[in-house]
Amino acid sequence: MAKKVALLQGNTACALGAVYAGCTFFGGYPITPSTEVAEVMSEELPKVGGKFIQMEDEIAAMASVIGASLTGAKTLTATSGPGVSLKQELIGYACIAETPCVIINVMRGGPSTGMPTGPGQSDVMQARWGTHGDHAAIAVAPASCQEIFSETVRAFNLAEKYRMPVQVLYDEIVGHMRERIEFPEPGELEVIDRAAPTCSPEDYKPYDAKSDTDVPPLAAFGSEYRFHVTGLNKAADGFPTTKASLVDFEERRQIAKVECPEARADIESNEEYLCDDADVIILAYGSTSRSARYAVNELRAEGIKAGLFRPITLWPFPEKRVAELGKQVKAIVLPEMNLGQMIFEVERIVKNDCKLAGVHRVDGEPINPGQIIDQVKEVI
Amino acid sequence: MAERYEIRFSGAGGQGLITAGIILAEAASIVEGKHAVQSQSYGPEARGGASKSEVIIGDAPIDYPKATVVDACLAMTQEAADKYANGIKSGGMLLLDSDFAPNAPEGDFKVYYLPIMRLAKTEIGREIVANVIALGAMIAMTGVVSREAGEKAVLAKVPEAFVDLNKKAYALGFEKAAELLA
Repeated sequence: MAKKVALLQGNTACALGAVYAGCTFFGGYPITPSTEVAEVMSEELPKVGGKFIQMEDEIAAMASVIGASLTGAKTLTATSGPGVSLKQELIGYACIAETPCVIINVMRGGPSTGMPTGPGQSDVMQARWGTHGDHAAIAVAPASCQEIFSETVRAFNLAEKYRMPVQVLYDEIVGHMRERIEFPEPGELEVIDRAAPTCSPEDYKPYDAKSDTDVPPLAAFGSEYRFHVTGLNKAADGFPTTKASLVDFEERRQIAKVECPEARADIESNEEYLCDDADVIILAYGSTSRSARYAVNELRAEGIKAGLFRPITLWPFPEKRVAELGKQVKAIVLPEMNLGQMIFEVERIVKNDCKLAGVHRVDGEPINPGQIIDQVKEVI
Repeated sequence: MAERYEIRFSGAGGQGLITAGIILAEAASIVEGKHAVQSQSYGPEARGGASKSEVIIGDAPIDYPKATVVDACLAMTQEAADKYANGIKSGGMLLLDSDFAPNAPEGDFKVYYLPIMRLAKTEIGREIVANVIALGAMIAMTGVVSREAGEKAVLAKVPEAFVDLNKKAYALGFEKAAELLA
């Protein structure tokens, strides 16, 4: 049977992807350019027995998502940069309390309210380091409406599997543009549900890690499994502790569960286009990668061996592969709609192995292929 | 390079030009099975202000979703014409509302005028269908999708009670533009 198709906005695709993943709770506060995610969730969630709530502000929205998740629901909130700024304290809480949830950030410029209807990519470091303290981060950056659907599903899977907040970053351009989408059949995309505890309720400890990279199962709060939840450093039983060895173990485990080689191999996802024989790589993510692909095709037509490396998972960053490419090519060109963020991550990894040049724009207009082509020609 | 055909609809916010772009993209990608991307740009105002909607159509997946060199452009107001009737390729075309966008910017492209808002008011009796008249005209002038595909996409978008009204508006736009070209 032919698949169901529709011309959908990126934000609509996101909401439908969340429902496909089994999301049953949305708590949010409307903000351009993400509002359509909330609008569609308010229509779709009641159909699947879910709950939609518009909270009084961004902070409360994040709190509602953490609370609902603790009861066992897959939960979502959607916002833009200014909203993520407000949510940061609670994102940290979700990290340390190991509470799965998905945060959509449809990026616009900044700081502060910036330009609400213009695109930006200036929240990529915020997604990594926005909340204080040492912590792991998972963030994905889809570049098309179809991929917003599938990456939203994957974000839920990663949140549940690694028991932590996961951010989906895309910008106003893909959020508001419309493309043809083929709806995956149920079962076509993997959907991971939360692991349930196998011990008896009286033996349950919410942070009872079996190894230094383990993700212990999370019971549903309010069930017969009773446990304590706090933002303080805690012992295996969930109660606060200041015992140095326990605090150290937990801090390191919560990072290692995402950054150990096995987890990285599972979480990292990249697309490579004509990289094998490339002399110059354009490293681009999100909507900017679409300009980069156009540029690669133009450059190839002129005989310049260009390739596109597109991290779909931004955090953890694909360090190993980028280091390899840095040794292979003469130069990496990194276009991003900010004044230089991911370029410093790449600089840290490739060091002096190849030349590195950015293309930056913060005027609310997209980086066009011509700007990338000009920079490639200048650098090689 | 894959072939791209780029169309820009521009006018005042609230005139339905983003909707016109969406309908064209649906005609191309859903009805005709081509590749299409529709995007838009607008200010913070809910009504008024210049707004634009762009549709890129091709036989292969569309990478860069915004216009590079515009094949065909519509401007419904002078402000939109001044702000958005640029980047039109040599030999391309520009359609202006003769009452509300009387002054064409200079350039090496063909300029056509139709009193789109006036036609909506006098021939159909409803200004709200001006965007559908404009869409019919743009499809006639560019041939980027068939007349039938465009009509099918228009009718799929409107409530039952407004089918006849929109059918009439679409046909009017298509035929008036075809007369201009003849």
